Amino acid sequence: MSAATQETAVRTGAVTRVFIYGLLIVFALFYLMPLFVMLANSLKPLSEITGGNMMALPQAWTIEPWQKAWSSAQIGVEPTGLRPYFLNSILMVVPAVAISTIFGALNGYVLTKWRFRGDSILFGLLLFSCFIPFQIVLIPMAMILGKLGLAGSVPGLVMVHVVYGIGFTTLYYRNYYAAFPTELVRAAMIDGAGFFRIFWRIMLPVSGPITVVSVIWQFTNIWNDFLFGVSFGGQSQPMTAALNNLVQSSTGVKEYNVHFAGAILAALPTLLVYIVAGRYFVRGLMAGSVKG
Amino acid sequence: MGFLDIQNVTKSYGNVEVLHRVDISVDEGEFLVLVGPSGCGKSTLLNMIAGLEGISSGDIAIKGRVVNGVHPSKRNIAMVFQSYALYPNMSVGQNMTFGLEMHGVPKPERDKALAEVAKLLQIDHLLDRKPGQLSGGQRQRVAMGRALVRDPDVFLFDEPLSNLDAKLRVDMRTEIKKLHEKLQTTIVYVTHDQIEAMTLSTRIAVMNKGFVQQLGTPKQIYDTPANVFVATFMGSPAMNVVPARVRVVDGVPHAAVTDHDGQEQLLAFSQANLAQWDGREILLGIRPETITDPDGADRKSRNVVALRNMIGVTEPAGSDTFVTMTLGGRDAVARMRADVTVRAGTRFDFAVNMEKAVAFDPKTEERIEP
Ligand SMILES: Nc1ncnc2c1ncn2[C@@H]1O[C@H](COP(=O)(O)OP(=O)(O)OP(=O)(O)O)[C@@H](O)[C@H]1O
Ligand SMILES: [Mg+2]
Repeated sequence: MSAATQETAVRTGAVTRVFIYGLLIVFALFYLMPLFVMLANSLKPLSEITGGNMMALPQAWTIEPWQKAWSSAQIGVEPTGLRPYFLNSILMVVPAVAISTIFGALNGYVLTKWRFRGDSILFGLLLFSCFIPFQIVLIPMAMILGKLGLAGSVPGLVMVHVVYGIGFTTLYYRNYYAAFPTELVRAAMIDGAGFFRIFWRIMLPVSGPITVVSVIWQFTNIWNDFLFGVSFGGQSQPMTAALNNLVQSSTGVKEYNVHFAGAILAALPTLLVYIVAGRYFVRGLMAGSVKG
Repeated sequence: MGFLDIQNVTKSYGNVEVLHRVDISVDEGEFLVLVGPSGCGKSTLLNMIAGLEGISSGDIAIKGRVVNGVHPSKRNIAMVFQSYALYPNMSVGQNMTFGLEMHGVPKPERDKALAEVAKLLQIDHLLDRKPGQLSGGQRQRVAMGRALVRDPDVFLFDEPLSNLDAKLRVDMRTEIKKLHEKLQTTIVYVTHDQIEAMTLSTRIAVMNKGFVQQLGTPKQIYDTPANVFVATFMGSPAMNVVPARVRVVDGVPHAAVTDHDGQEQLLAFSQANLAQWDGREILLGIRPETITDPDGADRKSRNVVALRNMIGVTEPAGSDTFVTMTLGGRDAVARMRADVTVRAGTRFDFAVNMEKAVAFDPKTEERIEP
């Protein structure tokens, strides 16, 4: 694949090459522009922005907007900064990603290696959940959370995201495990390993790539979710909802530099996950889809 | 009652019965080979012995204990898979002792068993490697090693050599045979390679379409095949099966077959009871190596008959020369010594060892018993 691409690259003329690279650089700049604007403006005093100099680099560099956004900005009625909400998001996203990934892996394992009557129908129904828009489930979800006494709490949000994510994680793991040789499972059965032992000792050790995919996917989706957060967060609103409150805050002047800093803070964790694990992301996606 | 008993066993998937009333009894220390064309149900039967597939009806017993509902790990069997099924994340040593670990064998004992088997199979220098770092032949050994450390009652092999190249396959075949002679374990071995079946087994079950066609020693299977399927499946090149008519001349039954020119030639049978078939159609079965040049004929045979026929194609194969001719309207192959001069399109005096010839009922395709 890469060899073929290189070959065609060699055969194209210099002019074409300049054209291609030029175009790519233009697009790259285009996509980097918002990040530049956000970074630059988050590091300058408000006066420089209101002075109408959005595109320029800061003249007087400052990290004060970042400090303010993090710990003292007005969020709704409280001047807490984004810090407590960041914590809420972490408390929500870590268990939600972990639980939905574990369930997805177990589902994929059962659906491929412990098949039973009606398993493909069950899988179809699970897939269905991937296509249901958030808005449709809001009211039934609110009722269930109320009945369980989980409304307005972090565990409630965790549950919502786990339920919503299982469809995707199951899809990933099922396709990945479909390509996993069943003879290995049979060999382990003869060797005397049970259901969980086979999963733990045989399947999981080779599930690295698809786990990365599942974690990145779940992490970005859950972290970036706004609707479930504002609807079911109650007193434990996640970062996205807090950012909205920060930006929409109607009291006083609009501190754009603080808003920019806050927005970057909100995007940082997903960025980090991509940088750390992104290399495996494409690889894992390919493995799951092509072989499955 | 044998060591491993397969009694009246059938297997169905939904409404489709893929194995029909299989009855095989294996003695301790036997090497039973299940052989047959693709899709005949060999793996299914093996998996049923292993407990990986359910039994639709009938019983399977190991050492007199019916194991129908018993979990694979509790049957005291070990299996070698076609793909070897080595755990990719574990080292060779861990692969081989995983079963012992799962059965709660303490570490010192595991290590002792591992060392013994690794030495036996000459893989002691590979124990720390991952399966991905091994050659095909080495993987094959590790897969066998994993089965051996368990010291099971019955070994099950599902086409263990089919992923190896031709030369290595022959080497490993010899090695498996040696191993069996040394350890005297009970083995059930699946293959679709009839040469593997002949060389390895103490007994062969030839299967086709879910039926056991014949169960017997390699010699029985080869010399007295139960039907046309077994006759043509076992042996390479395949047995010649040609239409013929029985004619009794001077009280001796003969096979009347047409030669290249459509002339009838008479070949005297050794089998006296074929006289009852006087005037009726049969299928005559003659193995290629029993049609030879006159000097190459079996000297111990009391019934070598001359057959003059036109030579169709000659195929020198180094050790032998194969000659194709028309017999009974079909192509038939003869095996000559390599240094015999034969020319296509000329007439030649063949010698047929009719002592080895078999006759089949053309309707049922069953062999006509002497
Ligand atoms: N899960 C299944 N559902 C339905 N039919 C099956 C199933 N598994 C196997 N069969 C059928 O059972 C028959 C026997 O299959 P089996 O795998 O035992 O063949 P085999 O003799 O091992 O062939 P090969 O030499 O190709 O491995 C085949 O006709 C196959 O189509
Ligand atoms: Mg098979």
